[in-house]
Amino acid sequence: MNYNFHWRPVMKALPELLEAALLTLQVAALSMVLGVLIGLGLSLIRMHMKGPVRWLATTWVELARNTPALFQLFFFGFGLGAVGVHLTPYLIVLIALTFNNAGYLAENFRGGFKAVPDTQIRASRSLGMTAFQAYTRIVIPQVLRIVYYPMTNQMVWAVLISSLGMLVGFRELSGETQFFASKTFRIFEYFAITAVIYYVIVKIILGAASLLSKRLFRY
Amino acid sequence: METTSRFFSGFTPNDLWFLAEAAGRTLWISILSIGFGTVLGVFFGWALSVTKTAGTLTIAPILDIFRSVPLIIQLVLFFNFAPMIGLRLSPFDAGVIILTIYTAALVSNVARAGIEAVGMPMRRSARSLGMSYWQDMRYVVWPIGLRAVFPSWIGVALGVMKDSALVSVLGYVELLKASQILITRTQDTLLILAIAGAFYFALSYPISLYASKLEERWSQ
Amino acid sequence: MIEIRNLHKYFGSLHVLKGIDLDVQKGEVLSVIGASGSGKSTLLYCINALEEIQDGSVIVDGTDVHAKGTDVNALRQKMGMVFQQWNSFPHLTALENVALAPKIVRKMSKSDAKEIAAQQLKHVGLGDKLDSYPSALSGGQQQRLAIARALAMEPSYMLFDEATSALDPELVGEVLDTMRLLAEEGMTMICVTHEMGFAREVSDRVAFFHQGQMEEISPPEEFFTNPKSEHLQKFLAKVK
Repeated sequence: MNYNFHWRPVMKALPELLEAALLTLQVAALSMVLGVLIGLGLSLIRMHMKGPVRWLATTWVELARNTPALFQLFFFGFGLGAVGVHLTPYLIVLIALTFNNAGYLAENFRGGFKAVPDTQIRASRSLGMTAFQAYTRIVIPQVLRIVYYPMTNQMVWAVLISSLGMLVGFRELSGETQFFASKTFRIFEYFAITAVIYYVIVKIILGAASLLSKRLFRY
Repeated sequence: METTSRFFSGFTPNDLWFLAEAAGRTLWISILSIGFGTVLGVFFGWALSVTKTAGTLTIAPILDIFRSVPLIIQLVLFFNFAPMIGLRLSPFDAGVIILTIYTAALVSNVARAGIEAVGMPMRRSARSLGMSYWQDMRYVVWPIGLRAVFPSWIGVALGVMKDSALVSVLGYVELLKASQILITRTQDTLLILAIAGAFYFALSYPISLYASKLEERWSQ
Repeated sequence: MIEIRNLHKYFGSLHVLKGIDLDVQKGEVLSVIGASGSGKSTLLYCINALEEIQDGSVIVDGTDVHAKGTDVNALRQKMGMVFQQWNSFPHLTALENVALAPKIVRKMSKSDAKEIAAQQLKHVGLGDKLDSYPSALSGGQQQRLAIARALAMEPSYMLFDEATSALDPELVGEVLDTMRLLAEEGMTMICVTHEMGFAREVSDRVAFFHQGQMEEISPPEEFFTNPKSEHLQKFLAKVK
């Protein structure tokens, strides 16, 4: 091997990279919050409604699950751009991630709702709870536990695919890395450090999720 | 009127064939990676299940890296690293190698879960009938474990197929790269994206539908 | 008082209840027996508005249960219901299971709801399990938890839908004892049950359902020693 590694410039850029990592975390977390809310809505629509609304929800879920995330990103970037809707890179990534998360989470939620017996609703209603109360107080807390682990995985997945932001000019962790790498041609060094940062982020998310689950689910 | 004429002036039937060929390349790189990766992953999964702590301390963390670093970073790193050790790799070669390892990392988890899905009492009773270790593996663990994790394996395979779009970053002209090339030339962005999306959907949706039907039937 | 007049219930084309007429007085304990599929559980669901009806009426304390504009949630608070499957809420402790409905349905303060919950759990003999999750309770304990949960709404009526039939035999006694205790305290109860001993000792009247009709209703002595309906005679001969 006749290649000289140069790590010093990479180390100098570390503060900037870490700052970009925070942006990665931010966009991933935000897309998860939105994805959970929309995914919940999509799964409820698919279970309880008929007609065009249900058809739209099903289309969303199947498109999100059966096309590449990168394709989805290009669609919200170049595709919308072609019809005159020019979004900022941040919004492109946020919307694409949210679209993807919501589709996958909707399927998880559907499985979760199926796993809570109908008799739980019947018992709640017999106590005088409204349908809304029965859902929010009894069914959804149980569903959240069932989908907690898949949700954690989805959060990891959101962080990983936010890296595609670099292909639409978004300066999250990967985009920032590419920016530095292309200035200095030290591509390998920069991306190696970034790989380590991603690894650490993923471990932190998984660690935090398992700590949180111990607090949340005592039963 | 103007929009429709622009629609057809840019995009020709030849271009559709160009996309179809590229979809074929997406399929080809996926089949190779999923094939190699599954064999490798099943081996790792088996190794993890027999070696227990030793495996958990050695292979597991290495495989874990490939699940915890974005695939695009893996591809860029490997593509830039290979020449340093004197390997001249085409984007296709680099893509297959990384996708294979990535698949193996995902499949190892699935395979281990499959082996562990076959309870110890059942395996003991198989051995008590005089089966050898490999007979137990072949006639008890394999059919039962396979059934338990086959839907998850399909999920992994479809994921890898979709993730193969990232090899476009190295310059390999698979489906998504081909659509980008066409978009640059014809400016028919939405039409071409829609066709590319339809190709992906046609590759993925029937299989995912089959997998969920299978899962439903088996869970009864 | 519960007044049921000419009640008809269909599931699709299946005629499950074929014109039931029945009054249940305040303080009365009524047991309902019959083969599975005879419509006896459906009767409870119709009383509690958990099922719609196709003809006739159910009137509880002067309110028509199935009339348009009836506040069924308010009405259900009057009627505690205990199911065959005990349906404890797995994500809540015993105390939280019981305190939830008083808090969000009766709008009691948190501390009042907890107090009434603790009181009712003691009432059914679970005073030492307040902070246990249902997964740590036996089937019998979970069923008593369900009774406490219903009682915390301070209902005027208790409806039991085969409350003991999903339980292991050794756990049936503790639940029946709790039901007996309620009866002694003067609670108005309708108990769909397979426990003939309970029906005989505790009820004021026993009703027999057969294929969607109430074929017999009488005080337990007469019901068990001198049944008039042929179907009931056969049924009693079989369960003995």
